[in-house]
Amino acid sequence: MARVWMFGNDVNTDQIIPGRYAPYMLKNEHDLRKYPFVEARPDFAPNVEPGDLIVAGPNFGCGSSREYAPLALKMVGIGAIVAPLFARIFFRNALNLGIPCFTADLTQTLRDGEQVALNVEQGVILTERGMRIELPAPPSFMREIWSAGGIVPYYRAYGRFPGEQRA
Amino acid sequence: MVGIMIAQTLSEQILSHAAGHPVRAGDVATVSVDLVMMHDSLSPSIIKVLHEELGAERVWDAQRVAVVIDHVAPASNIQTAEKQAGLRQWVRDQGITHLFDVGRGISHQVLVEEGLAQPGLVIVGSDSHSTAYGCVGAFGTGMGTTDIALAAATGRTWMRVPETVLVRAIGRFRPGVSAKDLGLRAARILRADGATYASVEWHGIDFLSIGDRMTLATLSIEIGAKAGLIPPIGPAASGLRIPDWLAVQAGADYVRTVDIDLSHLEPQVSAPHYVDNVVDLTELGRVAVDVVYLGTCTNGRYEDMAAAARILKGRKIASGVRMLVVPASSEGLRQAAEDGTLRTLLAAGATIGTPGCGACIGRHMGVLAPDEVCLFTGNRNFRGRMGSPQANIYLASPEVAAATALTGYITHPQDVLER
Repeated sequence: MARVWMFGNDVNTDQIIPGRYAPYMLKNEHDLRKYPFVEARPDFAPNVEPGDLIVAGPNFGCGSSREYAPLALKMVGIGAIVAPLFARIFFRNALNLGIPCFTADLTQTLRDGEQVALNVEQGVILTERGMRIELPAPPSFMREIWSAGGIVPYYRAYGRFPGEQRA
Repeated sequence: MVGIMIAQTLSEQILSHAAGHPVRAGDVATVSVDLVMMHDSLSPSIIKVLHEELGAERVWDAQRVAVVIDHVAPASNIQTAEKQAGLRQWVRDQGITHLFDVGRGISHQVLVEEGLAQPGLVIVGSDSHSTAYGCVGAFGTGMGTTDIALAAATGRTWMRVPETVLVRAIGRFRPGVSAKDLGLRAARILRADGATYASVEWHGIDFLSIGDRMTLATLSIEIGAKAGLIPPIGPAASGLRIPDWLAVQAGADYVRTVDIDLSHLEPQVSAPHYVDNVVDLTELGRVAVDVVYLGTCTNGRYEDMAAAARILKGRKIASGVRMLVVPASSEGLRQAAEDGTLRTLLAAGATIGTPGCGACIGRHMGVLAPDEVCLFTGNRNFRGRMGSPQANIYLASPEVAAATALTGYITHPQDVLER
């Protein structure tokens, strides 16, 4: 089972990782895993478990291009992020790192702290309350990047960008 | 591009050119990149992905990668100093000629001053405010570590061609009102996600300087935009290399049009902790400040310092207020030193920092304490952005910043000019 971590609207990358906690600023870059939501939600990093689900309102990840924001979420093993709208740089960064992002509004459907089972491949969430939630399927090129493990393994495997025709 | 009959937005024109075939909003296209910008904060991770994950030994074109040390400049501690030293060595090893080191200024301002950003180019940068390059009519967009590493390795990137939101300015600013107020007004109307995945075109501002255009181009990301383009026309565009295929086309498709009448625009203030939390300054009530901070790629240029100096001239900033000025570039600082702007700022009681990003990312050079209030000419007032999450940041123009420094509370420029 996975825990639901509920966040509000317009969660920015300074909230996910303040600039002062960038790998650039750290003595040990692996410490990044200690700092997701360090100020915005201090109970997150000590309690998050691999596979847990972030559910948020619109414009999740707005602000900076800092890839270490989704990287920190990857380091703690976030299973997926579900929001009705993602800020575009965050979305690309998360896609590139292979973090599943589903575009849907579950802020009124799920509750913070609730236990759910998430099947990323099928895009299905089952709740302890007996709900079955089907997530909208992402475009095929995104699923291809996820299944390759991110854009770098994708590019190394295919020698091209998604949708690119190479002579 | 001969044979295209369908009118295109500026983004569609530039991305069609870069893709080598006509593209329309909604298409996913692979495009060639003209310039890749990386700064000190993300460069160590970009270099790591480039060599260790992608297995590339060299960047695709050493003349078309620009490296700027601006985010923590000068270095604040041993970690950043060591990483900057490593970055300089890497630049030498790669044969990269466009290194702009500590003190030269903020990447976006520097690349425009150096003439590297030109109309019609595709420029990707490891900084969200890379929308800045739209000030000259380039398609500039921010990306993270992995995308920038891929672009630097291949000279290409993939992109969904954005729809375009049109912001049309009408009329002229009243005294004490400037480009920042237009940008914040647009954020107030469109909100923080109003142009997500889209491009913004700013029309009706042909009279503005390149610097003022950069204010609007950088604020485009604060309404979610992928790019923020100003058509390269008007007196300020006369020195630019404008390709003959790049021009606003009648009938281009805009998903939304917003008209803003500059002649009725009041100074705008973005209140904590979201950029789109914007009100007319006159609605704000009395907000006392501890710090006035003039700087950043949005409003730290020579013309911003000069606008502040016109209000501060012959006056002293209020007791108990600290006014920090961090120029966007060494060139802006030089101009301010030569024409007396700097003398005016210093005489009023302001202090000057090394050109660069300064405290905008909350790492050094003016970090805020709990409960401190800062009037900031930058682009983000997120909680904790400039230091303590208990600090409060208000965004406004350089004119409002100067007026506020004189009184100690957020002040309409006209109120001090009439005294």
